Amino acid sequence: MKERIQTMFRYRFLLQDLTMRDLRVKYRRSVLGMLWSILNPLLMMVVITTVFQHVLKVAGSKEITDFAIFYLTGSLIYNFISESTGGALNSIVQYSSLIKKVYIPKYIFPLEKCMFAFVNLLFSLIALVIMFIIRQTPIHWTIVLFPIPLLYAFIFSVGLGLILATLNVFFRDVGHLYSVWLTAWMYATPIIYDIGNFSNPALIFVMKLNPLYHYITYFREVAVIGRVPGLEANLICLLSGLVFLVIGLLLFKKFQDRFILYI
Amino acid sequence: MANAIEVSNVTMRFNMSKERVDSIKEFLIKKVKRQLRFEEFLALKDVSLNVEQGDVYGLVGLNGSGKSTLLKVISGILKPTKGTAKTYGTISPLIELGAGFDMDLTARENIFLNGSVLGYSHAQMREKFDEIVEFSELQDFIDVAVKNFSSGMVARLGFAIATITKPDILIVDEILSVGDFLFQQKCEARIQDLMSGGTTVLMVSHSIEQIERLCRHVMWLDHGTIRMAGEMEPVCEAYKAFRK
Repeated sequence: MKERIQTMFRYRFLLQDLTMRDLRVKYRRSVLGMLWSILNPLLMMVVITTVFQHVLKVAGSKEITDFAIFYLTGSLIYNFISESTGGALNSIVQYSSLIKKVYIPKYIFPLEKCMFAFVNLLFSLIALVIMFIIRQTPIHWTIVLFPIPLLYAFIFSVGLGLILATLNVFFRDVGHLYSVWLTAWMYATPIIYDIGNFSNPALIFVMKLNPLYHYITYFREVAVIGRVPGLEANLICLLSGLVFLVIGLLLFKKFQDRFILYI
Repeated sequence: MANAIEVSNVTMRFNMSKERVDSIKEFLIKKVKRQLRFEEFLALKDVSLNVEQGDVYGLVGLNGSGKSTLLKVISGILKPTKGTAKTYGTISPLIELGAGFDMDLTARENIFLNGSVLGYSHAQMREKFDEIVEFSELQDFIDVAVKNFSSGMVARLGFAIATITKPDILIVDEILSVGDFLFQQKCEARIQDLMSGGTTVLMVSHSIEQIERLCRHVMWLDHGTIRMAGEMEPVCEAYKAFRK
């Protein structure tokens, strides 16, 4: 165990370098560069707000009446999850040339994709700050708790990322299937609509099985509403993340020695 | 002398699926029909090898004899089907020069990336940066994307990075055959330099002259089994006789 931690510590530079490399490659030859991490969610927000609020007349929630803010808070978390897990899914296959030539602990690759998405998320938060200023949204002290839901989402994304990365090595179908799943997941998560609009208790129960619902709700409560989530919300968020992380680690550990034969 | 590399009874088995089963549907259908047959291929059969610290050990054999597989097992890239492979100390694998390069990044960026692939810290790399640039003779191209490099330039940079800090074990796979003769001489000089500093070297080469020049011990692999191993001269003589 001690040895593992030492190895991880030794490879932290690789983690950092790969993350930086991904950032560089992503914004290579774009004039605005990193600004896109802020602009992109803002522009998406304008599109979605126009369609859903002004054309389809969807409102935010009772507590967040500003639809633009309501959508943005949800989409930031969702985008992080979809970007991190989607990246992790392909990571082992993407880095196959490296894995075949040099010994590197393989979990570095899915982990790096989650870190990369997390850095993007942190930049995207500036978009939210800009919206707060434009809309003159009241700021509550609870906003300082914002790293907590992001951390829960990060744990979850690493877990799910490890699972997807492992499966994708053996069955490339997973990649195709997952892109469909991501779209379904987006509509199943209260990003555009509020769960409070539903009256069917069965439907609400099913929707609350979605870990993403809890991370987004947590984030909205501390960042916008100004309420500290209770113990129950914290436990649900933490445990759902840890369950995925443990399953992911066990699955990855079991199959990682065979990756090289399939990439 | 203590051993730097201990390989005991390593067998490496590959499943050569006649047709690749890459999709879940195929896998399930074949599993149900019990058609999941693999042709087994033993790349290494019960191979043992001990290399003492500071030794220079050569592997010879024809193509497909298992040399590179053995190097990969020792580097930890492949996990043996049976047996164990242990190494003591830091290990620098030169399986393919520039393996960790990202073609879109510049040489400067790649030096740091490749350094961290090999497990070096940024501080270490900053310290050695000038030395790497100097050895690879790429002063004028340091901010050029590596994709625009010639293969010789990539090889030079890769070799310079991998040998910059003195590893305890250096694994060299057939890389000294790239580049012009000047670069080859330079690489050999660097390897000899490392050897005199106590680095254990394990190398594969098709150039028997190079093996004779550098190695103290040699193993001759043939279809995954040890044909002969021991002091350099008798093994090399036997191998040369066999080639004729």
